[in-house]
Amino acid sequence: MKSVAVTNLSIALGMGANVANILPDLSFEVEKGECFGLIGESGSGKSTVLRCISLLLQHWRGDIAIGGTSLRDLSVIDRCRTVQMVFQDPYGSLHPRHSVRTVLQEPLKIHKLDRRQERMEQALEEVGLPISFLDRFPHQLSGGQRQRVAIARALILEPDILLLDEPTSALDVSVQAEILNLLSDLRRRRGFTYILVSHDLAVVDYMCDRFAVMQAGDIVEVLDRSALVNDSATHPYARELISASVAYDRAS
Amino acid sequence: MTQTAMTTKTAPGGLAFMMPVFNIIRFLLRSPTSAFSLVIIGALILLAILAPLLATHDPYLQDLTNVLQPPNGAHIFGTDELGRDIYSRLIYGTRITLTIIGLVTITVGPIGLAVGTAAGYVGGMFDTVLMRITDIFLSFPSLILSLAFVAALGPSLNNAIIAIALTSWPPIARLARAETLTFRSSDYIAAARLQGASPVRIIVHSIVPMCLPSVMIRLTLNMATVILTAAGLGFLGLGAQPPMPEWGAMIATGRRYMLDSWWLVAFPGVAILLVSLAFNLLGDGLRDALDPKQMNRR
Repeated sequence: MKSVAVTNLSIALGMGANVANILPDLSFEVEKGECFGLIGESGSGKSTVLRCISLLLQHWRGDIAIGGTSLRDLSVIDRCRTVQMVFQDPYGSLHPRHSVRTVLQEPLKIHKLDRRQERMEQALEEVGLPISFLDRFPHQLSGGQRQRVAIARALILEPDILLLDEPTSALDVSVQAEILNLLSDLRRRRGFTYILVSHDLAVVDYMCDRFAVMQAGDIVEVLDRSALVNDSATHPYARELISASVAYDRAS
Repeated sequence: MTQTAMTTKTAPGGLAFMMPVFNIIRFLLRSPTSAFSLVIIGALILLAILAPLLATHDPYLQDLTNVLQPPNGAHIFGTDELGRDIYSRLIYGTRITLTIIGLVTITVGPIGLAVGTAAGYVGGMFDTVLMRITDIFLSFPSLILSLAFVAALGPSLNNAIIAIALTSWPPIARLARAETLTFRSSDYIAAARLQGASPVRIIVHSIVPMCLPSVMIRLTLNMATVILTAAGLGFLGLGAQPPMPEWGAMIATGRRYMLDSWWLVAFPGVAILLVSLAFNLLGDGLRDALDPKQMNRR
C-alpha cells in the first residue's frame, strides 16, 4: 500500500487570452490505506486533481509522489499497476461494443499477465457479479452493474491507489448505497488508498477518514470526519458548505 | 437481445462470429427497398460466379454476318456492331464491375480509416497535415482527378481501379476523423489510457470498432459512385480496354449506333442503373441496421 503526496500542483488550461488557472497551487497528503475526500462545488477543480494524479492531464507543474517515488519517474506499466480510476458516469466509461470479457481482458493482455480466466473471475467475484456476466455487453447491464464492472476493471491490475471520481453520483440512491458498501468493503479487505471526489457530504461522511474542502482550485481546509459532527470547521467557506448541506438534509 | 446473447454464447467459433451478419441481413430483408437491393446484389454476385454457365455465347466471339441484330430468340439482348452477343457480354461484365468495386473498397476502407482515426486521435500538427492532404484531394471533382491519374498512368482497367481508389479515400478519412473526435475524450478511452494501452492499441481496439458502422455505410454508398466513375472512365476509353465487356465501354462503342440500334446502349445502361441503385439502397438500409439506437430491434 502506498501513500500519495501532492506538492504545489498547478495546471492551466486553454491558450493565450483564454488561459484559465484551474489549479493555482495545491498541496495535500494522503496516508497509505486512507480514504481521502475532495469536496467542493462544481468547477472547483476536484476532478482535475484526479486527472492530474492519473496523468490523463500531463502538463501540470509541481510534484506528485506515490509511495515516495515521483509519479513522472514511474514507467507507464508500473504507474498503471499502481494507480487506477473509477469514473463518474458508468454509461460512458465502458466501451459500448466491448463485452465484459473484453473489458477485463484488455488490461491483462497489455500487462502480459498470466491466469487470465482466473483473474477475470476473481475480479467479478470481488465486485459481486456472477461469472456468467463475462459475455454480456454494457447495454445489457444496469447502471449499478456497469459501475461494478468499471470497478472490476480498475481492480484487475491490482493497484494500490484507487481514484474515485464521484463514483455514485450518476446512480440511483439505493444503488449508490450498494456501490459505497462495495467500495468500503474492498478497502477493508484489500487495504486500498482511496482518493474520493464528491459533492455529497453524506458520501464523504460515510467513506472518508479525512477530507479537503476545495474552492476555486485551492484547498481551503483539511478536516477530519469528526469535524462534520462536531462542527469544528474554521474556514468560513467550509462552514458555509457544511451547514448548507446539513440544512438540505433536514429539508429533504 | 438477451436471447441473442445467449445463443451467441452457446455457439462459439465461426458461427458465433457470423451471428451479427445474419441479424443485419434479417433486419435488411424486413424493408422492401433494402430487400430489393440485397436481391440485386445477390444476383450480381451469382451471375459473376456462374457466368460461364449462364452465358449463351462467348463474349469475345465476333460474327460479322450477324451484326446489330435486334433482340431475338438466339440473342435475347441482340448483338453489337461486331456481332457479339450482348447478353453474354453483360453477364461477363458483372465480373469486371465486381472486381472494381471489391478492389476499390478493400483499398479505400483501410486507408480512409487509418488516416481518419489517426488524425482524429493524435490531433495537433499531425491532424492538420493529414487533413490538409485530404482537403487537396477533396477539392478536385473525383472524376476529373481520376481522369488525370489514368492519363498519367496509361489507360487500363488496373490503372482505373488505382485512380478511383486514390480519389475516393478522402471522404472516408474525413468521416472517420469526425467520428473519432466525438469520442476521443470519452471516459472509456481515458480508461484504456489508464490501463497503459498504446495509441495504436487504442485506435485499433477502441476507436475503429466505433467508426466501423458509419464507414461501412459510407463505403456501400460509395460503391454506386465507384460503378459510375468506372463506367465513365470506360466510356471515355480510359478504363477497361476493348474487347473487355465492361459496361461503360460497351455504351461508349454502342453510342455510334444508338439511334438505329437502341439495344446496344439500353441494356448496359439499365445494368449500371440497377446495380448503382441497389448499392445506394443497401447503404440506406445499412444506415438503419447499424444505428446503435436500433440495436434492440434486431
